Amino acid sequence: MSTHAPKGVGHLRGDRPFPAAAKVALADPQLRRNLQHATTTIRGKSGRVIAELPDWQELRSAGSALKAYTMANLPRLLEQLEERVTAAGGVVHWAADAEEANRIVTELVAATGEKRVIKVKSMATQEIGLNEALEGAGITPVETDLAELIVQLGHDKPSHILVPAIHRNRSEIREIFLREMPGVDPALTDDPPELAGAARRYLRETFLSTKVAVSGANFGVAETGTLAVVESEGNGRMCLTLPDTLITVMGIEKVVPAWQDLEVFLQLLPRASTGERMNPYTSMWTGVTPGDGPQNFHLVLLDNGRTAVLADEVGRSALHCIRCSACLNVCPVYERTGGHAYGSVYPGPIGAVLSPQLTGVEDNASLPYASSLCGACFDACPVKIDIPSILVHLRNQAPHPRSEKTAMAAAAYTMDHPKLYERAQRAAKAAKLLGRRGRGLPPPLNGWAASRDLPEPPAETFRDWWRGR
Amino acid sequence: MSSKNLILRRIREALGENPSEPEVPRDYRRGEAPVDLDLLVERLVDYQAVVHRTADISGTIREIVGDGQVVVPPGVPDEWLAVRFIRDDGLSQDQIAAADGVVTAAAVAVVETGTVVLDAGEDQGRRILSLLPDLHICVLRADQVVASVPEAVARLTPGRPLTWISGPSATSDIELNRVEGVHGPRHLHIVLVQEAA
Repeated sequence: MSTHAPKGVGHLRGDRPFPAAAKVALADPQLRRNLQHATTTIRGKSGRVIAELPDWQELRSAGSALKAYTMANLPRLLEQLEERVTAAGGVVHWAADAEEANRIVTELVAATGEKRVIKVKSMATQEIGLNEALEGAGITPVETDLAELIVQLGHDKPSHILVPAIHRNRSEIREIFLREMPGVDPALTDDPPELAGAARRYLRETFLSTKVAVSGANFGVAETGTLAVVESEGNGRMCLTLPDTLITVMGIEKVVPAWQDLEVFLQLLPRASTGERMNPYTSMWTGVTPGDGPQNFHLVLLDNGRTAVLADEVGRSALHCIRCSACLNVCPVYERTGGHAYGSVYPGPIGAVLSPQLTGVEDNASLPYASSLCGACFDACPVKIDIPSILVHLRNQAPHPRSEKTAMAAAAYTMDHPKLYERAQRAAKAAKLLGRRGRGLPPPLNGWAASRDLPEPPAETFRDWWRGR
Repeated sequence: MSSKNLILRRIREALGENPSEPEVPRDYRRGEAPVDLDLLVERLVDYQAVVHRTADISGTIREIVGDGQVVVPPGVPDEWLAVRFIRDDGLSQDQIAAADGVVTAAAVAVVETGTVVLDAGEDQGRRILSLLPDLHICVLRADQVVASVPEAVARLTPGRPLTWISGPSATSDIELNRVEGVHGPRHLHIVLVQEAA
């Protein structure tokens, strides 16, 4: 029994396939400049701080094994987490899919009588389309991470896991603020500290007057019931500390077995992610603490296709992802197309394996091909997810056009028969006159060649050279 | 079937019989290592914290705060406070936000990452205290400093609310330019207490 993320809700499926969306992105020189600057900068920073640790590879191995251990023991660990959170005064809810999670959160907010929630940046709530669900129920969600705020005010979509507004430059951000931010000073310049200051002023009153917050979680410790959120700006601390009610939506794969295990992930995540030795703020809380922070705490454990990923022994390790986004920053395909082309909240190499598995491959059939299989993502992954192997595995599962199968069968037959092969080589040379790089091929082969460059046939084949030696 | 039972059943079916369960290798650096206070200071300063190495706590705090008024948690000792202060006995959000700064102690600090951790003890107070004022002065004793993250995790008590702080609030969301102070305190001062020679 494998149940994928339901259609029609959330943000795991694009409205067009990757090649079509990528074509648009590739034609935008500003976007490519922004992305190239961003990925190069983060790559450099990350490489420098990783080089400071003599035991980086040992930490990666521990992280990888811990995740595999977690998956193998998931039922026990989730029940233990539930028990500890409950014992500490929290309430745990289980959501089989996006629709159920949205319903649970919406009802919890409605029960408080509040009409507005503040949000910590969270991939899980983006995945399930929680903001849209809340708005549908007359509740206003306010994104408080600066980049998410830029995306929300710009009526835009995030394009990177870590820096969602990376596709925008400072003058675009200034225009968005002037147009959309109530009470903003019309003399606002595009100086980054001034833009950040405008966001600070805009959000302060909202932080202090909103009674409900929604967050995700980076880690949930089964042994202790402790939840952890890592962040930089302090907006996370505001949301996790000031409101009366806190609702945390956590994917079931985010559980870690023991308190001690945080010593591994707190070293891996910041260095791989933002290229910092440690992110400015990490908050950890266990249930509720009388007199300190929210007095009502709800934890929503989310499946939404994760158990379907778990059912595939090869693809399973995509669930090990700690959402650091290191694979995006080293990926030559992501660097050129940006995140929107992937059509899912999970872009880049990890998105190319995670999204099709969460939705079922047929719903994201082009994503396993959105890669050069160069392997840079595998090297960069702090928990050693073998993304290239999963991509190849998923390519085999994706539906293939019948013409491709016929062509491949014909090619195999030709290569098995030396005389035919020789004739084909001569024909290929002749075809050079008709068109370049496969673009002159007749249908249906031109479809196959539309997104692939064929090598130029050599002036002399090996066989010709051998004979004339 | 409840969603809990449904999800647990799906997981068990997905895993099949006897899923392979790897040993977790723990051969990364663990256990006690020598503490290098100079490196701690370097890492703190690298993340834009201001560090004062001193034996004179109250004089240093007085120098930073001047005529301003700070809020302090219940357990911060009087002898640190040669400045105007209000003690937190359930202060309102507005009272805390209106203060010029906050003075707290710390629970643990990590050399390698330039991190101080607050665990909401009596001398550190509620999390809100170190969140709303624009200036955070954190008093750190040398014996609270450990070399690495694993040592810090081992020293902390998981049931308490924990706040790990590495430099003041910062964002890199605009063209990756680091900007200090978006929502948390914009200024972090660490008073590293060293015994007078």
